[in-house]
Amino acid sequence: MDLFIQLTITGLTNGAILALAALGFVLIYKSSDVINFAQGEFLLIGAYVVYAMVAQFGMHWTIGMALTIIVAIGLGILVERLVLRPMIGEPIISVIMVTIGLSSLLRAITFTIWGNLPKAFPAFIPSEPVQLLGATVGKDRLWAFSIALAMLLLFNYFFTRSKEGIAMRAVADDQQAALSMGISVKKIFAWAWSIAAATAAIGGALLANIVGVSGDVANFGLRVFPVVILGGLDSIPGAIIGGIIIGLLEQYTGGYIGQGLNQVLPFLILIFILMVRPYGLFGQEIIERV
Amino acid sequence: MLTLNNVEVIYNDVILVLKGMSLEVPEGKIVGLLGSNGAGKSTTLKAISGLLKPEDGEVTDGNIVFDGREIHHMDAADIVRLGIFQVMEGRRVFEHLTVEENLIAGGYTRRNADLRGDLDMVYTYFPRLKERRTQTAGYLSGGEQQMLAIGRALMARPRLMMLDEPSLGLAPLLVLEIFEIIKRINQEQGTTILLVEQNANLTLSVADYAYIMESGRIVLEGYPKDLKENADVREFYLGLTEVGTRKSYRDVKHYKRRKRWLS
Repeated sequence: MDLFIQLTITGLTNGAILALAALGFVLIYKSSDVINFAQGEFLLIGAYVVYAMVAQFGMHWTIGMALTIIVAIGLGILVERLVLRPMIGEPIISVIMVTIGLSSLLRAITFTIWGNLPKAFPAFIPSEPVQLLGATVGKDRLWAFSIALAMLLLFNYFFTRSKEGIAMRAVADDQQAALSMGISVKKIFAWAWSIAAATAAIGGALLANIVGVSGDVANFGLRVFPVVILGGLDSIPGAIIGGIIIGLLEQYTGGYIGQGLNQVLPFLILIFILMVRPYGLFGQEIIERV
Repeated sequence: MLTLNNVEVIYNDVILVLKGMSLEVPEGKIVGLLGSNGAGKSTTLKAISGLLKPEDGEVTDGNIVFDGREIHHMDAADIVRLGIFQVMEGRRVFEHLTVEENLIAGGYTRRNADLRGDLDMVYTYFPRLKERRTQTAGYLSGGEQQMLAIGRALMARPRLMMLDEPSLGLAPLLVLEIFEIIKRINQEQGTTILLVEQNANLTLSVADYAYIMESGRIVLEGYPKDLKENADVREFYLGLTEVGTRKSYRDVKHYKRRKRWLS
């Protein structure tokens, strides 16, 4: 039973971080149909920037996190303005190719500044163990989970209640119609990219706290693909639930069946789910009136 | 209020769609713009609302003046803020959003607006939208979607509302209902309306003034009662013969009258 709770909590934490990374990915896909291959690098930058703030400049972790989010928002706006705006009106496939280039660029810049050796990172979030339902879990994991959960709830509220959030979904549905009601598509894209960068940076920072700062953080980003395909490429609740499912699955297989298989199983499940629901668990079906 | 002078629109740098289009919409009136497929009616509306750019169209000559301001080089978003709102052809509701979210998106440009009050105003015109306000818009019927498209425009409280074929694909009774509401909006909200239609009969019955366009320019204009008397309009747009009886298909085959305005 201890093992089960242990695995569940670890799985939930990993899942919540995955969900944060996937959320940004879904957001960009939803508003502009672009698959952002640089999402992993956004995580990487989040991890390194929070490392710089906390370990190099010695800031308190809460301030470090806040500054990291601001840097990430700036980065998102910059990427939209310099890289994506010139691509408006070009075929989607070209834009996707550009994001692959962007991912190499961002990775190279990060390694130029900080070097590519893993950094010893003093866990910055208090990590003393606490007893929870009979299992011992690090406080940092609970923090990571609560921060991720709070972000996800915040976004859910943003997309269903706020005017900007609704406008963003409107752009996703029909760009030209959105334009006809005075919604600036460029502004919405800038929003989408900065929110995506910010959520990824938070995810990256939380991840860094658990696994340390290295290039591996970006590889963690690759795992958003099974998450978003499972949840549905264009569904925000799908990203959240998909993230948690994959996080839990990895832990349970790792814990009960054996390490090694836990990297494979999510993909097996993925194939199975896609056979039954080709647009993912929560993906939008194309509405067709007959 | 709105004046188009000799507007020329070119798509993709080569295709000339509007060839010196001139039109005037006076404040508080309903102006009809009639014409067959491909005449350039929708292009005219898009030129006004700034929606040509995403389609690679461009106003290359002439000017469009709204309240004494040239607007043909402005961004679509700024034009909406000036008070011009285009209800696009084919309804174009946001299918995955609920009815109410669609309406909120319509009021996007109204900062610090009384959202509840605006929604209630729309619901008084379209009670059916109120019943369905939490439903996904993509599953509404065609008529309800058209109502939603007009409601969305109302949310922006525009001074000039441009409607692109609101009767498209709707049952005749529903079309009557929609036209009735358009007329009410004009009278009660004081909204000026530019109505693009193929349904000449109905348009001439609600409009204060009408234009008829063909291949990119205006060929005829006048008050509806005069246009209804015009032999060409009767024949080609109202489907009546000179005697005033309904035309049969056989006559068309035998004798196709030349349009006088083309000669």
